[in-house]
Amino acid sequence: MTTDTMTLPADWRDFLALTKPRVMTLVVFTALAGMIAAPVPMHPVIGFTAILCIALAAGAAGALNQWYEADLDAKMKRTAKRPLPAGRLDRQSALHFGVGLGTFSVLLMGLTTNVLAAAILAASILFYVFVYTIWLKPRTPQNIVIGGAAGAFPPLIGWAAATGDVATLPVLLFALIFLWTPPHFWALALFVKTDYAAAGVPMLPVVAGERVTRTQIGLYTIPMAIAAIAPWPLGLTGAIYGAVAVIATGWFALLALRVATRRTAESDTMRPEKRLFAYSIVYLFVMFGAVVVDRWLA
Amino acid sequence: MTPDEEERRLAVQRRNARVMAWLLGGFAILMFAVSIAKIGMRHS
Repeated sequence: MTTDTMTLPADWRDFLALTKPRVMTLVVFTALAGMIAAPVPMHPVIGFTAILCIALAAGAAGALNQWYEADLDAKMKRTAKRPLPAGRLDRQSALHFGVGLGTFSVLLMGLTTNVLAAAILAASILFYVFVYTIWLKPRTPQNIVIGGAAGAFPPLIGWAAATGDVATLPVLLFALIFLWTPPHFWALALFVKTDYAAAGVPMLPVVAGERVTRTQIGLYTIPMAIAAIAPWPLGLTGAIYGAVAVIATGWFALLALRVATRRTAESDTMRPEKRLFAYSIVYLFVMFGAVVVDRWLA
Repeated sequence: MTPDEEERRLAVQRRNARVMAWLLGGFAILMFAVSIAKIGMRHS
């Protein structure tokens, strides 16, 4: 740590970086889709506040995750430049910021929308921090399978904020993100395996090897595809969503199948894995975009 | 702390204070808008 970082107060941009803004975009988008898909229209100001609360809660969870994993982040090239491992911010500030932001987001959600939305929001933060970050991630290669639930909450919260209730469609949207998480993260883990191994994180490719990981990617894609397409035959969405779901999920399945059945050589560039990872992000945006468009045109 | 370091420290503090002021201002406006929306919803 340099003298500069010791004496200079943390910049607001470091606090912003703690909230993982890039992850937040997906959270906000899926929450917004869940809210728009709800049959009850929301007052725009209340809807905006609910989305803001979900974004702040995601930021709080990200900050607490970085607070807990500061030592781990320092060992990985991908995360070593974050504010805590780089020494631009002290851990206590990150903890206070995370707890403060999380509490604020839940209280604001409860005051502006309803208790159910606030309760699910609080549960999602606690689940991400305690169940995923502290309990599962350092212990089991199934960490992201169960931990994926934390990232799947936003559409459920968006729907609950609008209706004060939970129904089949938001549960299926929850299931879609939950089942999408393993192929998404394991595709990433396959090409940053050495990083995870160096940090001692028991990601599936590190613990069980590439072959098992590839098989698991293929296997998880099957229930994910069912959850993705199910809203259409169940009559919960229209044909627009159905058509998009079939095409986008079909393409996902093809990329996943390519990754699942592949064998790699010593100096492999991992292009199919990188393509699956990149497409998986686009895929979720497309699917939730289809939910919104379908609702607007219905 | 050298004068140069002190100047940089003050610059960071000024930037942070400005951001905090914008955030607090935004929050006050949001609370006002939420209150108006809630009152409107109760009367509709």
